[in-house]
Amino acid sequence: MTAPGVASVPRVATGFRLQWEPAQQCHVLLYPEGMVKLNQSAGEILRRCDGASDVNAIVAQLEEAFGAQGLRDDVLAFLAIAQQQRWVELG
Amino acid sequence: MTVSAAACKASAVHEVTSVGALASEPPGPPLWLLAELTYRCPLHCAFCFNPVDFALHDKELPTADWLRILREARELGAVQCGFSGGEPLVREDLEELVAEAHRLGYYTNLLTSGVGLTAARAVALKSAGLDHVQLSFQDSTREVNDFLSHTRTFDLKQKVARIVKDQGWPMVMNCVIHRLNIDHVGRIIEMADAIGAEYLELANTQYYSWAFENREHLLPTREQLREAEAITDQWRERLAGRMRLFFVAPDYHEGRPKRCVNGWGSTLLSIAPDGVALPCHTARMLPGLSFPDLRTTSVRSAWFDSEGFNRFRGTGWMKEPCSSCEFREQDLGGCRCQAFLLAGDAAAADPVCAKSPQHAVVQEAVARAERGEPPARPLVFRDPKHSRALTPPTTGAAASRPGPPVS
Repeated sequence: MTAPGVASVPRVATGFRLQWEPAQQCHVLLYPEGMVKLNQSAGEILRRCDGASDVNAIVAQLEEAFGAQGLRDDVLAFLAIAQQQRWVELG
Repeated sequence: MTVSAAACKASAVHEVTSVGALASEPPGPPLWLLAELTYRCPLHCAFCFNPVDFALHDKELPTADWLRILREARELGAVQCGFSGGEPLVREDLEELVAEAHRLGYYTNLLTSGVGLTAARAVALKSAGLDHVQLSFQDSTREVNDFLSHTRTFDLKQKVARIVKDQGWPMVMNCVIHRLNIDHVGRIIEMADAIGAEYLELANTQYYSWAFENREHLLPTREQLREAEAITDQWRERLAGRMRLFFVAPDYHEGRPKRCVNGWGSTLLSIAPDGVALPCHTARMLPGLSFPDLRTTSVRSAWFDSEGFNRFRGTGWMKEPCSSCEFREQDLGGCRCQAFLLAGDAAAADPVCAKSPQHAVVQEAVARAERGEPPARPLVFRDPKHSRALTPPTTGAAASRPGPPVS
């Protein structure tokens, strides 16, 4: 398994569905008989994992959306966890 | 940015873990809707979790009521929807219910024995939006599978597994584990891998309902359990990345209770075929507790306001030794049905807990399994005839039966 880098193109893995749940006020990842409840940052990263944007682009989008700087390492760290959990696949 | 995401995997009782909240906080929405569409089933499994008195509850909700319940539960926040039973495929409106659940944004799960899942129905369910199929097996061998289910279904299930894979569904294979098949765990895992399951639940039997009636036949020895868990661990390593393996721990042998359905009225909303809403699929056995009828009550009112759902929420209902126990928020006193079945009191500590005054009942059952004494009576298969025979006619409920013999 190759660790995610800035040029990786992540997407939500086959067999998982990401959706916003109004009742829980969060994004959730759904899979057979299970659910991962995501906090805000995890949800914001994962919803940008569309299989088209690379990590550089995702970081840029997040930095713009939240008026923040230097998010790259946090995003990469999360994607490494998400990959380990098989929530995302890297292209 | 920090990231914390809490994941969980459902066990055989279909749980979704909600995150971080203490049980004593006000209830959140139900997250799991378990629609038990029917108690009709072509199989007669000796460990079935349907109520022993299911034959008395043979009325089934019409389609329109199910559609309304799906909508109301989704509005409340339910997001996982399981169609179960009995065998849900005996309902001819299954495709219609799946389509509505899909439209509403549920993740839809079909929990099936496979009987009735023809290629044509699989195509129809796929186009209705079904997300996943959980297929139950009883064993890796035709002999034990067919004996335990009292049907000739082993070959059929193999065929159905291929139909499921052909539709591209992720497949969870579920196998209830007990004394009669636990020594085959390695072969069961191999079989699941061979048919392409992405998940395998090795669900050690929970001893209520039919499994309680048949406990002497089904309870394994400690050595059997140790061996099965060790084999499962080896395979888990070997299959990492291909199949996820879940070994649902057996509570009789552990001395520690498990949360009942992740906490009474916290996550799971189970609907019986006749429309009665339950915090777990066997809660109806508990005496003196009324549960809301969704033919006349809204899902919201059932979940938040009913006596049945509120009675064992949180920790306020507890007695000693639970009420001062350091683990009370973790295990919530264990399973209420088990407390009733083994201690005769639904508000008692679950007797599988070493701190329970009735723990000797569980120890004796395990000791009996260790000694390998022949069971006092033959295995009872789940069918309407036995259901009626095991239900006292005067009360109309299994609830009034005394606790099990302990010696």
